[in-house]
This record gives sequence, structure tokens and C-alpha cells, in this order.
Amino acid sequence: MSEEDQPERQAGPARSERQAEATEPRRRAGLTGSERPGERPESEWRDGPAGSERPVEWVKSERQAERERVRRSRARRSASIATVSTIVFLVLIVWLVTNSPGWPRVRETFFDGEQFAKALPDVLSGFLLNVKSFLIAEVLILVVGLLVALARGIKTPAFFPIRALATLYTDVFRGVPTILVIYLIGFGLPALRLQGIPGDLATLGIIALTLSYGAYVAEVFRSGIESVHPSQVAAARSLGLSHAKTMRFVVLPQATRRVVPPLLNDFVSLQKDTALVATIGPLEALRQAQIHAASTFNYTPYLAAALLFILLTIPMARLTDHLAARTRRRRGA
Amino acid sequence: MTVLSIEGVWKNFHGHSVLRGIDLEVASHEVVSLIGASGSGKSTLLRCVNLLETVDDGAIFLDGEEITDARVNVDQVRKRLGIVFQAFNLFPHMTVLDNITLAPRQVHGVARAEAEQQAQELLARFGLAQKARAYPDQLSGGQQQRVAIIRALATRPRLMLLDEVTSALDPQLVVEVLGIIRELKESGMTMILTTHEMGFCRDISDTVCFLDGGVLVEKGPPEQIFTEPEHPRTQEFLRSVLQSGRF
Repeated sequence: MSEEDQPERQAGPARSERQAEATEPRRRAGLTGSERPGERPESEWRDGPAGSERPVEWVKSERQAERERVRRSRARRSASIATVSTIVFLVLIVWLVTNSPGWPRVRETFFDGEQFAKALPDVLSGFLLNVKSFLIAEVLILVVGLLVALARGIKTPAFFPIRALATLYTDVFRGVPTILVIYLIGFGLPALRLQGIPGDLATLGIIALTLSYGAYVAEVFRSGIESVHPSQVAAARSLGLSHAKTMRFVVLPQATRRVVPPLLNDFVSLQKDTALVATIGPLEALRQAQIHAASTFNYTPYLAAALLFILLTIPMARLTDHLAARTRRRRGA
Repeated sequence: MTVLSIEGVWKNFHGHSVLRGIDLEVASHEVVSLIGASGSGKSTLLRCVNLLETVDDGAIFLDGEEITDARVNVDQVRKRLGIVFQAFNLFPHMTVLDNITLAPRQVHGVARAEAEQQAQELLARFGLAQKARAYPDQLSGGQQQRVAIIRALATRPRLMLLDEVTSALDPQLVVEVLGIIRELKESGMTMILTTHEMGFCRDISDTVCFLDGGVLVEKGPPEQIFTEPEHPRTQEFLRSVLQSGRF
């Protein structure tokens, strides 16, 4: 909106159409700078550039007000239906569980407040190991995944062995169950008695998780790289950028942005899979719960461990949803 | 002086020949337009010159050097060429300034400050000085295409290839892009362009080439091609263009 429009808008609808039109040609002439206003028939000005003609303050019509009233009442109705159905559903579930024949027994073994309080400090300290393994593994997985994804995209003949190796790696480690990888690394690697192989079980667990998840994350990165339109590569190459520089400056920045939601999804899964490392022995949350449960024959410590995992994964899951929704919005825009 | 010379170039896609022995010479400061129906091979020819497609036969020479030689370093060749695409193909994750300075900095080794100053000068020259820090999706189609032209221009190419640069734009945005191309011609840039804007083509070209089914059917100055085309297929094409109201 140009400055010239201001006085006209202030005058508002009270001004006659004739006056409003009189100011039009002047403005149009200012825009094009080529034609003399007086030479144009007036009917032509009436259909000038849309939106800039005769600005009138918007006063909500009765029809629109009624429409909004209907929408509001419908929204209220939907909300109350949702509330009622949720309550009914929850009550039904609770009633079903607490009225089942084995409930008193289950309550004793899984929901014992005293046992919960007793086990929680140990489970929590074990859980810190889960968080630590998760944080370290996450960084390593990103590095391994990205390198493997890039290696799979190399077309230079001299690097064929690297490409073949990368393909073999993703095939094998996506095929072998994570728990088997943990066994193989946890028990097999130290058995080699090689110099420099870490003997710490938690470290071995991290290596195993990295190998297993690296294969998945490599595929996520690869799908991201392939989702960047070939015209972007063409534009970069046409400017003289090499394959490597095209990857670094044009393809990867776009690919990584797109794969953030699926990556976070894999990390949610990784967070709970740190519990699998318990099978080779380090004292993480699940192992601590097992120890408590074994001495009392009460399973409440497992519940404590489960709660801790949920507390960690739920925020991550919500963040994933949020980022995925944002990506969708951006692509739609 | 000849900048580009195309000799008997063939290109096949899936057993179908898209270019069938094209011969063309482009002199320094010359503006050559390729016209013809969709699928006539205009864009493919430009992509072959830029080595985005490999030719299946024939040869292309840039300043006397064969660039279609299998041993040639394609990046070295592309350093001397600029191409602008129909769909702009700006890098969406970079600002306008970064889009323009990427090649000067990463390919031509220009320092950041110098590259940015040159980019700012080009932006100012083409009326986009305010948009240096904007991202491509914050610009109109016409502005995006102008940035794409500046991006190609920033490496001071020997030859500019413009592939239907106005086809994706609304009519009122076409004008601003055509203006920039006119200015390039005035500055002496050698260009090959494909276009559906016949009026503009007639106005700006030194030579007009009509392609049909991968064959360069007719070539000549615009007055000749548009007023007295010799070949019946050229006549037919121009008649259909006239009927569609795109002249």
C-alpha cells in the first residue's frame, strides 16, 4: 500500500465514488509512468490492480458472526464428546483390570509402593548409565550412519571396495537382531584378546548399539540424500562444483534437515534398546531392577525402570512429532 | 570469433533420438535463440553443451577446445559456462547472497568479502539489492529467476545458456526477467536461449534456429525466420504460435 492511499482510506466509505475514482488515475500513472491518465476511459480504472482500490474498513457482517457462533458451538460439542468418551474408556479399562480374578496378586507383585521406594535409587543410578550410553552412542551412530550413507553413494571406481563394504554392512546389521549383536560384541570381541579392545562391558554395549543402529541411520541418511531433487544437483554441478562440494554445500544440508524426524524416531527406539545391554552384565536400569526383583520375588522394580524409560522417551517422541509437523507445514507452504 | 561450435551432435534417450546431427556455430557477443515445439530437442541441446547430458555422437567445441572429449574435466568446462533453468533451481537452504557467492568462492577461489561485494553489485544492478539476505521462498518467481541469472553471471561465464527462463512465470513477471536478458545482450554477453516468447525472441536474437524432431530445420536472422520462413514446417510452427496468441 503506497503513502498516497492513506488519506483516501481515512476518508472511508463516506467519500463519494466519483472522488475516489478521481484519485485513481494519478496513482496508476505513478506506477507505470508511461500513460497520461486523462486519455483512459473511466470504466478501465474500475478494474485496476485488485486489492488496492477504495480501501474500506472491514466490519464483520451478521452472516459471518452467525457462522462463527455455529462453529464455536460445534467445537464445544466436539470437546465435550471427547472428554466424556475418554473418561468412559479409562473407567472401563480400570474396572476390567481391577476386577480380573488375578488382580490382587498382580497388585502385590507389580504395584508395591514399598518395593518401589526401595528399588528406585538403585534403578535410577543404573538409569544414568542408560542415559550415558544413549548419549555417546547417538553421536557415534550419527557419524557412522553418515559415513556409510556417503560411502554407498560414491561412484568412483577406485572406491568400489568401500561402497561394497558399506552395502554389506547395512545388509548384515539390519538383518541381525540387536540383542545378538550385543552378545557377539560383548562376549566375542574380548575373546579375541587383541590389544586395545576395551574390556568394559558398558563400552562394548555402546559399540554394539552403534553398529546395529548405524546401519539403520545410514539408510535414513541415504533416503534423505536421494530425496533431494536431481535438479539441485544439476544446478550445483552446472556452476562447476565437484561431486564432493555439491554433496557438502547443496545436498547434505537439505537432506539432513529432512531426515531429522525419522532420525529422532530411531533415537527414541535406541533409548529403550540401551536396556538390551543388560544381557551382557553392566549395571544399568534393567539389570538393577532384575537384581532387586530376584532377591524379593517382587516385580515392582521393573515398573520403576519402565517409568524412567517412559519419562525419557515421551518428550523425545513429542519433539519428533513436533518437528515432523513443522517439516510438513514448510513443505506445504 | 567463434565461441561455441556444435558439430553433428546426436543424443538418444531410450532408443529414441532426441537430437539428430545438430550443427551450430555461435560467435562472440552473438545471441542465438532455439525455437520449436516441446520435445524438439532445444533443452537437451543446452544440457549437452553444459555437459549435463553426454552426447551420443558428434562433438562440441568451446573456444576451439573439444569439451565432449571423454578425457576432459567437466568441472573445468562448466566453470566457463553459465546455465539458467526453467524452474530456477535456486538452493532453498541458502540466502540469495550465498546462492550467488557459492560458485565464485568454492570453484573460483574468490575470497568471501570480494565475492559478496561483487554479488551485491550485481544485485543492485538488477534491482534486488534489498533481497541479499532473503531466502528463495521469500521471493516472487520473477525475483527468483533474476537471482538465478545473477548466480550464473557471478562466475563471469564465457557463454550463457538460458533454458526457457520465463516459462514458469506469470505474464507480469516475465517482463522483469526479459529486461535482465536484454541488459545482458547490451553488455555483450554471448547467449544461447530457448524460448516460447516469440516477440522477445524476434527482438533480442541475432540468429534464430528452428528445431523440429531433433533436427535444426532452419536458421537465420529473426526478420527472415519470422517474416519469410522457407521451410514448410517452420511456417506451420509459426502459424500455430500465432493462433495460440503467444506472439
